[in-house]
Amino acid sequence: MASLVFYFQVHQPERLRHYTVFDKSSHYFDDHKNSAICKKVTNKCYLPANRLMLVLIRRHEGRFKIAYSITGTLLEQLERYSPEVLSTFHALAETGCVEFLAETYYHSLSFLYSRQEFAEQIYKHSEMMQRLFGQKPKIFRNTELIYNNDLANFIESLGHFDAILCEGADRILGYRSPNYVYRPRGCSKLKLLLKNYALSDDIAFRFSNRGWTEWPLTAGKFSQWVNRVNGNGYVVNLFMDYETFGEHQWEDTGIFEFMRHLPEEILRHPDNNFKTPSEAAACYEAVDTIDVPHLISWADMERDLSAWLGNAMQSNAIHELYRLERQIKALGDSTLVQDWRRLQTSDHFYYMCTKYFSDGDVHKYFNPYDSPYDSYINFMNVLDNMKKRCTPPKIAGTQKQDKAFSGEQSGAYLPG
Amino acid sequence: MRVFMLGWEFPPFITGGLGTACYGLTKALDKLGVKVTFVLPSVVTDQNTTHVKLLSPEGIKDILKTQSRLFSNIKFHTIDSPLSPYDSAEVYKQRIEWALAQKQHVSITKGLNLEQLTCGGHYSGDMYTEVHRYAAVAAELGLNEDFDIVHAHDWMTYPAGIAVSALTGKPLVVHVHSTEFDRSGENVNQMIYDIERSGFHAADVIIAVSHMTRNIIISRYGVPAEKVEVVYNGVERDNGEWTLADSGIKKDEKIVLFLGRITMQKGPEYFLQAAKKVLEVMDDVKFVMAGSGDMMHRMIEMAAGLGIGQKVLFTGFLRGEQVRQIFRMADLYVMPSVSEPFGIAPLEALGHDVPVIISKQSGVSEVLTHALKVDFWDTDEIANKIIAVLRYPPLNITLRDYGNYEARRLRWEDSANKCAKIYEQMLVSV
Repeated sequence: MASLVFYFQVHQPERLRHYTVFDKSSHYFDDHKNSAICKKVTNKCYLPANRLMLVLIRRHEGRFKIAYSITGTLLEQLERYSPEVLSTFHALAETGCVEFLAETYYHSLSFLYSRQEFAEQIYKHSEMMQRLFGQKPKIFRNTELIYNNDLANFIESLGHFDAILCEGADRILGYRSPNYVYRPRGCSKLKLLLKNYALSDDIAFRFSNRGWTEWPLTAGKFSQWVNRVNGNGYVVNLFMDYETFGEHQWEDTGIFEFMRHLPEEILRHPDNNFKTPSEAAACYEAVDTIDVPHLISWADMERDLSAWLGNAMQSNAIHELYRLERQIKALGDSTLVQDWRRLQTSDHFYYMCTKYFSDGDVHKYFNPYDSPYDSYINFMNVLDNMKKRCTPPKIAGTQKQDKAFSGEQSGAYLPG
Repeated sequence: MRVFMLGWEFPPFITGGLGTACYGLTKALDKLGVKVTFVLPSVVTDQNTTHVKLLSPEGIKDILKTQSRLFSNIKFHTIDSPLSPYDSAEVYKQRIEWALAQKQHVSITKGLNLEQLTCGGHYSGDMYTEVHRYAAVAAELGLNEDFDIVHAHDWMTYPAGIAVSALTGKPLVVHVHSTEFDRSGENVNQMIYDIERSGFHAADVIIAVSHMTRNIIISRYGVPAEKVEVVYNGVERDNGEWTLADSGIKKDEKIVLFLGRITMQKGPEYFLQAAKKVLEVMDDVKFVMAGSGDMMHRMIEMAAGLGIGQKVLFTGFLRGEQVRQIFRMADLYVMPSVSEPFGIAPLEALGHDVPVIISKQSGVSEVLTHALKVDFWDTDEIANKIIAVLRYPPLNITLRDYGNYEARRLRWEDSANKCAKIYEQMLVSV
């Protein structure tokens, strides 16, 4: 039995506008750029891919299933700039073959800094899934598949999740295969689904690489590889960025054609099927416990947190941001809270990454800034303005002034 | 491989980047085993220091002899001439008048024969004629030397290079450290432009210090692209000895440094305008302009006029240990150059653990990634970045550490290697 579990990550950040130390406005985001990018991705990816998925679901009469995790940050932008995409997601929800996952509304690293905020963002996101798609999510994935035992235990304690996703990194699996369902260490009910990174990345990264020994990848070839899992595992977890379809892999690479033929190739083998993550978790028992004491992720070769927290600037920016939590929430200004939350999106810190900067690589490609330093400067200037919004301006006490003028002071300088 | 190199300055007689570059390149070529005969003008009137010494040709030769003992393959020749790389025609005129006056004075007081001192050559009153006279003398020198390649640095040596190459039949490579467009903007001096252009056309190969300069050569001088190679400058790693000042004892004010010739090309007025904007937001910072040049007095007035006079310090020309000291004191180095063909100074700053903000209109911005880059005219953005570096230690630290590491990878050895390859290719085609 090989159950293919497709999960697509759908996210776009709200990018900051150029903000210098002289700027005083509390409008931090580059609406023009964000709307242009949103519309571009809509046309290259979201619309064609959603339509393809709808066609495939209908053609295979319920045997083809997929899952999405869509961030609140993107949904807000779709509402503003590309509402037609939302209607295609509604249509997908109505097929009954599409599962929506839970994550932090703002695609944030809040788990590492504030459990309270983390829980609030999950709640807000699940609530939106219910409202838009009529589903209460039962499967959780953290931002960029950042995961450890602690996270799993926390998610289990929330009570309403059946399973959690993470990266099938070699160092946590050892000799074991990601093609089984596991139990996180310390949990009794929650199950763990691990990404099969080899097969996932074949589609998401290597697909158009002519230097790859397996190029060109056809649906037939891929399903042969999946067939080999039979007798050797139960699930094949294919977790990837939705923008694989049309953005990371352009249409002319044949990625849509590949996907169009994949379900029928897979289903040719009678032992194969497609499952949503919930179905996979319900169907298969956990075969072993996975112990992940240190944080892992699905990013870069290292599969750790170095993409967001690898240098002093990133760590400083994020600490300063979360330090404001109590103050901001106490003020009760919902616009301020929303702005603060939008700054938590992990992309802002990703742009400050100096790994491989000199070599110019994938980090640079998606980076709206010329350099990680520019990104840090921009972010800190915005944060500075936000801090000023938190502290109401002090009213100079007339008493103090009189004292100063009357010369009664001993000469001690009074900070104003 | 033997090279007849026509240069400008050589330490300790340095007034700017050209001398530093010649030194670095020659030293590295020496290590490669390339034999270099280095020819330079010898009347060095140190205009930039407060007390001026007249160096006799013998005196200079002695100093250079000491230098040549440090190198196994380098020979020096001096040609008596008051030519200096950064002069305009007017300044040149003033200089030789001064130099001749000095010589007369010396000969009277010491009873020496004027002829002896001038080594048989008379300086020309006007710079262009002097350039051609220099070329004639160099050509004579060249006939008596044995070499495979002629290598000329910047415009004043091009006529000499052309002459030597023509007389000896050896191929000519011309090394462009700056063009008239960099030095004078759009108001180019037609005579200098013509000399540059003839040099470019006569040369077999042209070496530019950056792609920026290469593009100027191709587009403004009508030179075919295949003729122009790019060899980036390197930087000497010379940090002197660790002193007490390095122990990290804090001073209470931040120091933002401008180090270079105070002339139009280096954008000093943009530095001061940015300084004013910074001082509106931060108070505990001082701006230091280290260097001298034709715009220095105007900058002093400008600082006063902007109302920031007490926050801007002018040190005058610095050399050697003083340069190291000022780098050690600086928190940030800014190079707002209007048009900088390469720009070695930021690399030196990084070598001293000083983060840098550099103009995008510079050659060095092609090779540095761990530096903040700005358009020279965007004083708001320059101020924005200065404030950020001074306010946020993580930014400062990251720029410093990565920048230092990056600067170390730019070595004169690599530049010399590339030059040696270019020499070899030239000889093959000959």
